[in-house]
Amino acid sequence: MPENLKIEVIPEGTVIDHIPAGKWLKVIEILGLTKPNGGTLLIASNVPSKKLGRKDIVKVEGRYLSEEEVNKIALIAPMATVNIVKDYKIIEKFNVEVPDEITGILKCPNPNCVSNHEYVTPRFHVESRDPLKLRCHYCERTIEGEDIMGSL
Amino acid sequence: MDWKGRDVISIRDFSKEDIEFVLKVAERLEEELNEKGSLDYARGKILATLFFEPSTRTRLSFESAMHRLGGSVIGFSSASSTSVKKGESLADTIKTVEQYSNVIVIRHPMEGAARLAAEVAEIPVINAGDGSNQHPTQTLLDLYTIKKAFGKIDGLTIGLLGDLKYGRTVHSLAEALAFYDVELYLISPELLRMPKHIVDELRERGVKVHETTDLEGAIPELDVLYVTRIQRERFPDEEEYLKVKGSYQVNIGVLKNAKETLKVMHPLPRVDEIHPEVDKTKHALYFRQVFSGVPVRMALLGLTLGVLEV
Ligand SMILES: [Zn+2]
Repeated sequence: MPENLKIEVIPEGTVIDHIPAGKWLKVIEILGLTKPNGGTLLIASNVPSKKLGRKDIVKVEGRYLSEEEVNKIALIAPMATVNIVKDYKIIEKFNVEVPDEITGILKCPNPNCVSNHEYVTPRFHVESRDPLKLRCHYCERTIEGEDIMGSL
Repeated sequence: MDWKGRDVISIRDFSKEDIEFVLKVAERLEEELNEKGSLDYARGKILATLFFEPSTRTRLSFESAMHRLGGSVIGFSSASSTSVKKGESLADTIKTVEQYSNVIVIRHPMEGAARLAAEVAEIPVINAGDGSNQHPTQTLLDLYTIKKAFGKIDGLTIGLLGDLKYGRTVHSLAEALAFYDVELYLISPELLRMPKHIVDELRERGVKVHETTDLEGAIPELDVLYVTRIQRERFPDEEEYLKVKGSYQVNIGVLKNAKETLKVMHPLPRVDEIHPEVDKTKHALYFRQVFSGVPVRMALLGLTLGVLEV
């Protein structure tokens, strides 16, 4: 089955492609779609992929993503592409991108970090993108891998 | 570099030029102080020392520095005596205190507290220790002490001894030393090795790094031996602490194979890492190191207040 056929299953909404295999659940958690909300949710998991070997695809009917949601997805699926579908056609397609600074998305995992005790928006600076490594603006600790996922 | 109004939060915010500049200003102030006895650059200026956890030595050092600059000091030395106890936010405390003062020095048990304070305050904020994160003025005074003792930092071989895993001072000192052409011996028990990411970073930045457990083997190579305390409170479990406690003691015997010119440093307070018999030798530099805190902090206060002619 050619890839574009898989994408064109929903009439309108968003298709998030090139999610690392097994991470689809995290993506729908980020989007708050783990509860029934009326729209169709299609998930393809462990699909062969040239880019990733194996990948997941999440298709959400009638729903578009906020910038914050796109930034969150970038943290767990840095290779993901977001396709916006209208009338069964992709009208826009873009790659997610980890911003240089991540504000208000992640909570610092350091229990002694001031950002967990005072009224303050958590902030992280990207130290490296591959592998993803972030540094807390306040306590200066770095987080990577599973710790990032756990802090979303 | 415009220093007026600048915050001093993390050694990571400093470039080599910044560091060199502070050391140069500190040296000038120390000379002026020796000549005149007291200075009046900061006359009419008020330093607020906000010590949310006690650290008498650091507080006295800052207070002394401000007085020697001709300014005055207000502050508190434990959170229990302030409205923080009543649940006031850090931001509100800072916004209040800045109405009374021209520069703030903060010590706080939480990591990142100084950064937050600096974001809230219009006046400069200097970090005097935030949890286990940063203590930048300690690093600057360590560098100043080395530079005063040797006339340079480049070309030296420096040993960092003790708790290299949890020790905040050795982490930032090592990072700052990476700006210089130095060779480092990291001497610690296996359990307390310098975190790998710091060792990797040092190597990437061109520092020749040796990791060893053998103090006596390393000592003949060293120009500086920087000793740290193994602090019980940093250990997640007591058993781990008991395994390494008292691993090293610097005494006359250990120093017999050292270079004549070896200098021993320690951020103090010490417990038993350096035997008191070392105090009388020409190797002891740790009390001079304490003194260095004053000109370095004078430089930082004067620069951030914008009262020095530079
Ligand atoms: Zn943090």
